[in-house]
Formats: sequence, C-alpha cells, structure tokens
Amino acid sequence: MTELLKVEDLRITFPTRQGPREAVRGVSFTLGRERLGVVGESGSGKSQTGRALMGLTPPPGVATAKTLSFDGQDLRGAGKRQWRALRGRRIAMVMQDPKYSLNPVMTVGRQISEALGRVGGLSRREKRAKALAMLEAVMIRDPERVYDSYPHELSGGMGQRAMIAMMLVPDPDLLIADEPTSALDVTVRIEVLRIMDRLVSERGMGLIFISHDLKLVSQFCDRVLVMYAGRVVEELAAADLASAKHPYTQGLMRCTPDLDHDLRPLPTLRRDAEWAK
Amino acid sequence: MIEVEDLEVAFGRVKAVRGVSLRVAEGESFGVVGESGSGKSTVLRAICGLAPISGGRVRVAGEELRKTARSAEFHRSVQMVFQDPYGSLHPRHTVDRVLSEPLAIHRFDDREGRIRRVLEAVGLGPSFRFRYPHQLSGGQRQRVAIARALILEPKILLLDEPTSALDASIQAEVLNLLDDLRARRGLTYLMVSHDLAVVAHMCDRLLVMSQGLEVETLTRDALRRRDATQDYTRRLLAASEGYPAQETP
Repeated sequence: MTELLKVEDLRITFPTRQGPREAVRGVSFTLGRERLGVVGESGSGKSQTGRALMGLTPPPGVATAKTLSFDGQDLRGAGKRQWRALRGRRIAMVMQDPKYSLNPVMTVGRQISEALGRVGGLSRREKRAKALAMLEAVMIRDPERVYDSYPHELSGGMGQRAMIAMMLVPDPDLLIADEPTSALDVTVRIEVLRIMDRLVSERGMGLIFISHDLKLVSQFCDRVLVMYAGRVVEELAAADLASAKHPYTQGLMRCTPDLDHDLRPLPTLRRDAEWAK
Repeated sequence: MIEVEDLEVAFGRVKAVRGVSLRVAEGESFGVVGESGSGKSTVLRAICGLAPISGGRVRVAGEELRKTARSAEFHRSVQMVFQDPYGSLHPRHTVDRVLSEPLAIHRFDDREGRIRRVLEAVGLGPSFRFRYPHQLSGGQRQRVAIARALILEPKILLLDEPTSALDASIQAEVLNLLDDLRARRGLTYLMVSHDLAVVAHMCDRLLVMSQGLEVETLTRDALRRRDATQDYTRRLLAASEGYPAQETP
C-alpha cells in the first residue's frame, strides 16, 4: 500500500494558567489509500489530531511532530502558501454539522464553484457542469435546485451531502471527516456513509473517519485507532474490534445498549489512571 | 397515569403533532422514537405545558390538561429532564441553588436533608454541592438535572433525549441510574429518543412517530423479534443496525 500520510509523535499543546497542557500526546500513525477510523470519547484529542493534519490547530495551540509528511511533503512549519496549495485541493475536511460549516449567505452552487476556483483553469460553464455532476454523484436527485439553494433551504442530510460534494469536487487525495454523520438521522446516515464509501473506493482516496461511535467505525473502516486522553491506546483492524485487547476499547464496545441483548445494569467503564500514562 | 388521545399541537399554521394517542400505566416506562422533525419532543413538551395543546385530550394522574396552564400539584409531580446538560443548568447558580429553588417554590421542609439525600441518590457526593456547572463534566451535569427533577419527589419523569449529548460510557451510567431510580421509587417514565437501542433498553413499550403522526406502538419483545408491521419502523430498525456490510451490486 502506498503511504499517503505519515505522522510520528504528534503533540498539540495549549497554554493554560497552570502551564502548558497537552491535548494530544505523541500520536503516530501512517495512512495509505484506506479508511482509517479514529475513535475516542470527547476530550480524547481525536478532533484536534484531525485539525492538525490540515494545519488548523486553533491558536494559541501549537502542534509539533517528529514527522508530519503528506505524499512526501514535509508539513512541519509549512507556510501559509504551502497550506493553501494543499487545503481543499489535496486534503479536504468534512465537519460535523452542515448548519454551521456552510456559508449561510452563499448558494450551494457558488460555494462548490469557489472550491473549484482554487484548482484553476476552468471556465464558469465548466465549473457549473462539474459542480452539478458532483451533486449528482452524492445522490442528490435534483441537482439544479440544490445548486441554486441556500444552506437553510436544505435538510440536514442534504446539506451534509452538499458539503461532501464541495469537499470532493477538487478530487483530493485525503479526506478528513470529523463526525460527518453524527448530526444526521439514522436513515440518512447510512446513505451518506455509502456515498463516502463509494467515493473512497472509486477514487482511491485516503479517508480519516473521526467518530465516537465504535460500532459504526467497526463496520465502516478498515483500521481503527482508539484514543484516550491524547494518546493512541490501541491500533487494530476494524474486523478485530470485538476481540480488542485494551480494557478501554473493550469497555467502549460493551457499554452501549444493544437491541438484542438485555444487559442490566449496563456494564460501565472503570477508568484506570494507568491508561493515560 | 398518562393518557393522550388524538393530541394535536400547532405552531401557527404548522402542525407539529397531528393526532397522537398513547397510554402509560403507573410505574411503566414508555418510549417515543422518531427522527428529527417527527414531533416526538413536542408531545413531551405539550404534556408539561411548554407547547400548546391545540386538539385532543391529555390527562395526567386524573387531571385534564388544557392549553398550557398547569396546576401547582402538576408542576410538583411531573418533572422533565432535558437533552442538553450544558444548556439546561443556570451557569451562575451552584448545584445547591439549583436544588434549593424548587424546594422553596413548593414550600418543602427539611431542605438541608433533602439536598443531601438527592445528591447521594444520583451518585454525587456532598463535595459537589457548592460547585458551578462549569466545574462539572457532562455526565455530572446530567446527574444534577436528574437530581433537580427528583428533589420534588415526582411521580412522573418526562425524559427528552436524556443521554444523547453524552459519551457512550457516561450514557451507560446515566441509563443505569434512571433504571435503578425507577425500580426503587416506582416512577413512571415517558422517554423520547432517536436511538432505538436506548429506548428498547429503557422502555417496556414504545411508540414510533414520523412527521407528526404515530406510526405504530410496539412492545420491547416485538421490537427484539423485529416484529414491525410498518415499513417505516422496519427501515428504522435496519438503519439502527449500523452500516451494512458491502452489498455487491
């Protein structure tokens, strides 16, 4: 498998009144053209890890790493220009809630064309055709109408599809999806996942899928990183999640109620201070 | 305990709930499941007077409910727990104040002892009593919200997605707490959630709603057997199994 992304010893530090606090403490992984799931609970550092890969660590946070390379390019200390050449074009990110991450005063079509504008060399008509084709690819039945709609005129699932279309239209090599389906209804969720799944396999994209839903990740991804308190506590093939070794992973797998089994009381997670070390 | 017949709720011209009926017996735990916009939360809000009842009948503990006005006794015996523990606690009130206010309003005696006991009942020690919400985690906040509901010794708890803002491991703790409290105090629950597995865990029977209409009422066992009569319920069941293994086209 070709190596697309290599991360070694990624650390993200935020200054606090009590001195610097590390939100991510030495995360290392490599990514090929595959679906990698990153799971963990809130505060585990999974979203910060995703943002750091885009150079979007919110100030005053600082991200450092021994290695952070994307397709052979060293991203440590990359300048604004280098990031601009990558973001959107080669690395794209889908956020959790389309309500907050689409521009509310611009039509969907204009936003997608803008994403294409960065690629350059396309006439307006070509951009429009490409945008419409992309909207069709994400299973939007009436692309012309959605193209001319404002985000508030779309449902959650539709908005999320429009955002995926916008992110995928420049044909990126890496897609980072941060809880892309958590704000969606269950029936819509599966459609959106299926679209992403197809695009990944057809275009040979690398996908980093950040989620708190272990069950979903075990079904959707190829490989999983389990994060706890800013560290990767376990890395394993998604198919092996049921036989996870780490007590944190096991606890997370067990504590959600299950339609078919009546476990009462639900097993709870006994946190061990050792895990954070 | 709770009888709802052909309930309608209209906001202006929009009908959020269009004829929903349900009955919850004393000590029972009943669930309402649906996707966003199905009107499931509105049913709950109409019962406790946060949304206007514009048609049908609602009776709670023998009391006939009108539009939005409720008696003082209703406000004591029916309590609601909301989805978001970050939004439902006053940010500048300590836990102590959050818990003593309802006691003062309803003129309860032995406030000191009641606060101590309710904090213990929800698994928070006395050390939490003088903290502010920002000094608590999400799970601890939801425990405070449950304590606030319990402190008036209600008979009925209306639970609006009580765990969907929480991490899975915290969700398990809160669900266990709710289960345990119901068994010990003989409470009646009416719980709304989008998560079929959570509702199946907590409730004996459940109502599936879609677009303001009731789809069907099922028992937990029927749900486990996948014994749904309506297409919509079947789709919901299939979707809650998670992401299906790759189908070959």
